[in-house]
Amino acid sequence: MLTVKNLIEKGNMTVLVDGDEPEREITGCYCGDLLSWVMSRAQSGDAWLTVMGNVNAIGVAALADTACIILTENAAFDENANLRAQQNGITVLQTEKNTYETAVLINSLLNG
Amino acid sequence: MEPIRMKYEVRSDDFSVAGEASGKIKRTLKDLGLDASVVRNVAIAVYEGEINMVIHANGGYIEVEINPDKIKIVLKDSGPGIPDVEKAMQAGFSTAPENIRALGFGAGMGLPNIKKYSDEMYIDTELGVGTTITLGFNI
Repeated sequence: MLTVKNLIEKGNMTVLVDGDEPEREITGCYCGDLLSWVMSRAQSGDAWLTVMGNVNAIGVAALADTACIILTENAAFDENANLRAQQNGITVLQTEKNTYETAVLINSLLNG
Repeated sequence: MEPIRMKYEVRSDDFSVAGEASGKIKRTLKDLGLDASVVRNVAIAVYEGEINMVIHANGGYIEVEINPDKIKIVLKDSGPGIPDVEKAMQAGFSTAPENIRALGFGAGMGLPNIKKYSDEMYIDTELGVGTTITLGFNI
């Protein structure tokens, strides 16, 4: 089982917002930046990989019930988004890897 | 049993609060113990409605009515109206301006998502007057 906490440690992720559920299981992975698209396709429990670090991305993560948001390529995270993520207990991580490399890493951890 | 009614205002041009109404509605439905898939469907449809109101219609309001077998949602605005509903319902068709697209919106999925996640959808729109979308969700 891969938890958010495991992913942070094994994936060497930077923690931008420490969410409410560090022990939550990550069951899949979704990549995308168009918010409506992501909201309708991402599954509950997915790690969501995006470069969209604004307040609306936090709303989408909350509604779609993803396990965490991972901002790839060190994408910017704005102050409003930070505040909203803290209010909603959403875990937000950041990595210098690009979305493809991060997805490959998560795949190996999920199947490892 | 009396239905539970709620009403939310959606403010115009305020993306920082867009999603508040859908978030509150989601929590209420969850607290009532409704099935997780119903909660998700309602939350997504209402969120898309909220975003549409912020982008296109200078805000509006959302009414929720929860009955034992059905949830009714009314999304009402006094915006410009939809000139071609059939076109607006096509996935990928968008009239959102560039600054909105830069925020991750304008994928042309708003109304199609609302239709996809609701069991009933009626659009009443008049140019220069506004748009009212009525949704039904089976519990």
